[in-house]
Amino acid sequence: MQVKSEGRVVSITRRQFVGGCALAAGAAAAGCTSHNGNFSFLTPHEAVTLAALCDQIIPADDYPSASQAGVVRYIDLQLTRTYRRHQDAFRAGLAQAESCSVRRFGAAVVTTSPEQQLDTVRMLEQQNRRFFELLRKTTMEGYYGSPRHGGNRDAVSWRMLGLTEPPVRGRARYSFPEKR
Amino acid sequence: MKRVNAVVVGAGAAGGIVAKELATAGLSVALLERGRWYTANDCRKDDLRNQRTTVLGNAFGPEEEGNPRVWVSPRGEATTVLPSDGSYQNNAACVGGGTLSYGAMAWRFLPQDFRMRSTYGVPAGSSLEDWPISYDDLELFYDKAEYEIGVSGDYSGTPLHSPRKRPLPMPPLPPNREFTILEPAAKRLGLHPFHLPMLRNSVPYNGRGPCMRCRWCVGFACEVDAKNGSQNTVIPTALATGNCELRTRCMAKEILVDERGRARGVAYFDERGRLQEQAADIVVVSACAIESARLLLQSKSRLYSQGLGNRYDQVGRNLQGHHYTGAIGFFDHETYDDVGPGASIGVMDYNHGTAGLCGGGLLANEFIRLPIHMVDRMPPGTPRWGKAHKQAMRQYHRRSIVIMGPTQQIPTAEARVLLDPAVKDQWGMPVARIQGNVHPHTFAIGDVQARRAEAWLREAGAIQTARMTGHPDLVEAGQHQAGTCRMGDDPRSSVVNRECRLHDVDNVFVVDGSVHVTNGGFNPVLTIMAVAYYASDALLRAWKGAGLRS
Repeated sequence: MQVKSEGRVVSITRRQFVGGCALAAGAAAAGCTSHNGNFSFLTPHEAVTLAALCDQIIPADDYPSASQAGVVRYIDLQLTRTYRRHQDAFRAGLAQAESCSVRRFGAAVVTTSPEQQLDTVRMLEQQNRRFFELLRKTTMEGYYGSPRHGGNRDAVSWRMLGLTEPPVRGRARYSFPEKR
Repeated sequence: MKRVNAVVVGAGAAGGIVAKELATAGLSVALLERGRWYTANDCRKDDLRNQRTTVLGNAFGPEEEGNPRVWVSPRGEATTVLPSDGSYQNNAACVGGGTLSYGAMAWRFLPQDFRMRSTYGVPAGSSLEDWPISYDDLELFYDKAEYEIGVSGDYSGTPLHSPRKRPLPMPPLPPNREFTILEPAAKRLGLHPFHLPMLRNSVPYNGRGPCMRCRWCVGFACEVDAKNGSQNTVIPTALATGNCELRTRCMAKEILVDERGRARGVAYFDERGRLQEQAADIVVVSACAIESARLLLQSKSRLYSQGLGNRYDQVGRNLQGHHYTGAIGFFDHETYDDVGPGASIGVMDYNHGTAGLCGGGLLANEFIRLPIHMVDRMPPGTPRWGKAHKQAMRQYHRRSIVIMGPTQQIPTAEARVLLDPAVKDQWGMPVARIQGNVHPHTFAIGDVQARRAEAWLREAGAIQTARMTGHPDLVEAGQHQAGTCRMGDDPRSSVVNRECRLHDVDNVFVVDGSVHVTNGGFNPVLTIMAVAYYASDALLRAWKGAGLRS
């Protein structure tokens, strides 16, 4: 596609365009809190349920938990992009977690205790392996992946591992003219 | 469209070299590439979206949409897969091909690697065979690749390397911390460790600067252009002759033949999807093992009803790559210094000579360690999630070393590329259908290699180790894909002759990993490059003899 840039027409690829949008979305995510319900795919209730489940995959200790590091934002963003094909699995999996929690503990996931939430995740691991693996995989990606994708807020996991951020030495030292 | 002397399909490792050799000799060349020409500016160093770690997609083509393949499970179930899926077996689709984003190890195969059948015999059910050419036939061309494309490294630590006439053109990069930990341990085990050969500038070379030692190397384009591929060496040289035209985003449809059965050119879809015909005296297919086979199979005509060069049903068979195994070691001290390119030390003591087993492979330390890679590389017994997993990540990310290597696969005729009868790509062409597996003997070797990697790590002081082995149910071809248009003297059991020319059609050449009879226990790219120089040399001699002009 072609866009106007500083008075001249430059070609950009679809990937660059989509990537640019992702960066913009990531920046927006970093600027807002996770409590305002501003999600692309998840409903506000699904988002808090997902946050509780993710926080059992990566709980808080000296370093933030998954949801504190923006993992819900990551998963929500990717569910409208690369992981569009997993939308149904997430919707059904979260509903299953919720109904299981209500059945066993008489309360929604988000209002149960951390021990009960751990039980709920273990139940998912036993009874819905596909969703559990998806939940684990995407939580790890959001936590340990680059902040550019919407998770790993302030590169907190990389600092936890003792890695510099940004990890690409030289990137800041070398600039490239805009490609024509 | 103006007729050219040669049309080359695919601007990767081999296609770039053939285009440069032909254009330099004065032939007019049209170089077709289905992908784009990326620069370092396009390389965003994305940990989840690159050519090696494709969690959110791949970076250098083909695009996710419109380019499916089909893989068939051992139970016969066919699944449509995308370029970012492992079973797609993607290499890359761009100018430079895999060489833009590869790790850039630059191995010469060993003399025995060209004589696997003679050295070991044939495991029952395998299609193990000797190459029709020897290491000696390629030595000159390995040397040419090392000097023209540019290789750094130092073989002086090992007496086991292939015979060579002069050292590599560039010294190795200084050792990183893993090198200093692993080298004395290897020597204590009686092994012969050395600095890996890499298609990477350690000093200024070919007008470009040296590696800046970032560790974001394999899977990414080099942002300082210190990694040497066809896109920054032979292709610019070819274009500078004025004899070569590179056309990007052009997808070959079929090789066209005349009524006498000779090729008359290539039909392709241009970047706007329009069907074009490029007439040529010679057609060179350099599209990588899976797509080269697919193009030949698609080139059906009255005289070649099963596809070009496929009279004896050989095109697409013997698909192979490498079976990667190894081990991870966990240490009680820091082993990680984040100094690239990561992989720095290797041994070739285990490529041949294991009693009862055919071949073996190189062992070397690993290229890149992204946090996402470590998630599933924890000490045995570590929970897969929860607080203990998080703490283990913290404990071991900087205190672990991976040693692994490409075990030479023992090929079978059943591991193959076909045309899928149902699934079509964005141009309406049948996609590659990949099925079958390498010979199980491969896994026996891989398991032994993993135990050797583990022993090396233990000797280096690892307090805990875990072997990395798997016995996948699909041939692991991937970025090392090879074998689908086997080189041989017998037209009934091979596709091209010893000069990479189709047995059936005298003006069509296949020049890429497809022609490898076996794929060595090493990363194959320098051999692909050497074969490209060798085949170009033979082609030009035939051209001067006028046997190729129509």
